Amino acid sequence: MRHMSISLRAAMLSIFLLGVFLVTWQVATMPTGGAVVVDDEYAKLVGGAAATGQKSAFPRPADLGEKLLEAVSDPFYDRGPNDKGIGIQLAYSIWRVALGFGIAALVAIPLGFVIGMSPLLMRAFDPFIQVLKPISPLAWMPLALFTLKDSNVSAVFVIFVCSVWPMLMNTAFGVSTVRKEWLDVAKTLELRPLRKAWSVVLPAAAPTIMTGMRISIGIAWLVIVAAEMLVGGTGIGYFVWNEWNNLSIANILVAVLAIGLVGMLLDSGFARLQRAVTYRD
Amino acid sequence: MSLFNNPFSENSRLKSTCSCGQHASELEHREAQIAQHHQQGDALLERVVEQGLMRALFPDDGLRRAFLKAVGTPTASAAIASLFPLAAAKEAFAQSAGPLEKTKLKVGFIPITCATPIIMAHPMGFYAKQGLDVEVVKTAGWAVVRDKALNKEYDAAHMLSPMPLAISLGAGAAPQPYTMPAVENINGQAITLAIKHKDKRDPKQWKGFKFAVPFDYSMHNYLLRYYLAEYGLDPDKDVQIRVVPPPEMVANLRADNIDGFLAPDPVNQRAVYDGVGFIHILSKEIWDGHPCCAFAASKAFVTEMPNTYGALLRAIIQATAYARKPEHRKEIAAAIAPPNYLNQPVTVVEQILTGTFADGLGNVRKVPDRIDFDPFPWESFAVWILTQMQRWGQIKGPIDYQKVAREVFLATDATRLMKEAGLTPPKSSTKSFSVMGKTFDPSKPVEYVNSFKIRRT
Repeated sequence: MRHMSISLRAAMLSIFLLGVFLVTWQVATMPTGGAVVVDDEYAKLVGGAAATGQKSAFPRPADLGEKLLEAVSDPFYDRGPNDKGIGIQLAYSIWRVALGFGIAALVAIPLGFVIGMSPLLMRAFDPFIQVLKPISPLAWMPLALFTLKDSNVSAVFVIFVCSVWPMLMNTAFGVSTVRKEWLDVAKTLELRPLRKAWSVVLPAAAPTIMTGMRISIGIAWLVIVAAEMLVGGTGIGYFVWNEWNNLSIANILVAVLAIGLVGMLLDSGFARLQRAVTYRD
Repeated sequence: MSLFNNPFSENSRLKSTCSCGQHASELEHREAQIAQHHQQGDALLERVVEQGLMRALFPDDGLRRAFLKAVGTPTASAAIASLFPLAAAKEAFAQSAGPLEKTKLKVGFIPITCATPIIMAHPMGFYAKQGLDVEVVKTAGWAVVRDKALNKEYDAAHMLSPMPLAISLGAGAAPQPYTMPAVENINGQAITLAIKHKDKRDPKQWKGFKFAVPFDYSMHNYLLRYYLAEYGLDPDKDVQIRVVPPPEMVANLRADNIDGFLAPDPVNQRAVYDGVGFIHILSKEIWDGHPCCAFAASKAFVTEMPNTYGALLRAIIQATAYARKPEHRKEIAAAIAPPNYLNQPVTVVEQILTGTFADGLGNVRKVPDRIDFDPFPWESFAVWILTQMQRWGQIKGPIDYQKVAREVFLATDATRLMKEAGLTPPKSSTKSFSVMGKTFDPSKPVEYVNSFKIRRT
């Protein structure tokens, strides 16, 4: 065991944990198997669980595997506006997040820059930011539907609202905490304000800004699922809702897995970007 | 429908006393509506024109019949044709639909069996037959349907029949003139209770229960409140009634968050299917023939795109007529159960539509009219709904019941077709009915509200 690398051992432990989890799950959801307590005619009309006088059970790992295979084998089918493959639904959600997040970045980073450079603006904006920041983005949904008059735009707006604050705060913080020495050097070299912002402040604040963006994309991905469950139509959130409607826990678990995977990919992408702009003193 | 009867026959009546005012009896009215589906196309329209003409010529039906008897049908027909260009009139009417202003439409629906006509018209081609390319969009809840309809994202939508009234009155939303050209279904709801309450069948034992209804402005809310109040329970004090979107009801019942609900199907049957609840009573046992959901459109859509609106409504009415026939129900269940529409096991939908269902207590019940489809929006339905809105304090102060009812519950396709054809619409668009044995007189709404012991006004 000694000569195995730590990552290999970690991978083995991960697989072992997964195995334990699956076995526990399988055992916990074993059918308790009561006798059929109703006549045949009645049994035909209800689900298997109801026929034995029970509630329908939680799906077993095998059920999930079956649904997973189904989803993976044909992720891009399109059978009408209310029934699309999980791949298409994910694409809709990612597109909405990208749009809302992109607009938020376009607004938050320049604004954060200005606020961070000016202590006066920082103080003036502070009360607004403090009040608006803790509002659940979903609370904006009815308001957005009412004023924007379009459910798709409203969903993008909700993503915008939830991702704008971390970016704004982090940018302002990063910009305002640039080391005084570096600013003094810029002053000594008589850099013009734009040049100073571009070649001194921005590189110095970049890691903090990236952290803000990473937090934002995480929140945006959390919120899009809830937002789509609310407005429906398309997206992975709608997929979850539609399967909830059918009480299909196995399909919901498939979606949950997909949401987790995409969230992980988004996060690791930003982690990579973050490393790229980090510098050592 | 006797609107399509031959007016040149001395055996047919043009004036009489069934619920729509056109048949000798209620039974004949029903039979005629079912038979109507067999006759299709131009023949129907010709009859409408002919009837309009004959009515105009002979306001007194007795006179018309006497005339036909005296001269014989062919002679009468020829004589009138020489006076009036009947063929031209028929043609003009058949074409009066004109070009469609818009062919791509979006119609929103909630995945429940009340929406059957709206949904089935898509897979079964009723929209396509009218030259419409309709996208039926599944929506998460009634508040969202309302907002999307008000935003004009949807051209028309499936709504609860009280909603157009509430929207028009500005209760719970910004007031906007809204119309309800057709009822979709009658009956088809049920009170479902959690299995653990299977011995508490007397509502008097329900003190402290938590109930769910799909929306504040819903027949479900009014019927549940009515039912509870009749058993002496104050729905605002003795129990809790909360709003839960239908797709989430079974999950909540399963999790013991609620004790029961008065909900649209497939929710009730699904609770039985999953062994979570049992059907206490069907809503038809509270009020047989009550309206539930509706096909609704903004007044702007109706007036700005009359041809498109007409075509859409024709598709819905034809689908509704098709859905009425019991022998079509299995086929419809198979068409609307897939994930694109209701997303339910076929057997659940089939049990609802055919009325042969498991009740959750081990019995198979046979109630063929568990759900039925009848498009006529009786104004007296609207008046009853308004009385309940007033009873429970949703609208305050005096209102002009009849006027609101008339403006929102449009006197449907039938009336519109008749007007286009120069006919006089049926004299009565109101009828009396009884709810849990108590008769409702639509002409005395205020007295009706005041006759209840438990009320908020």
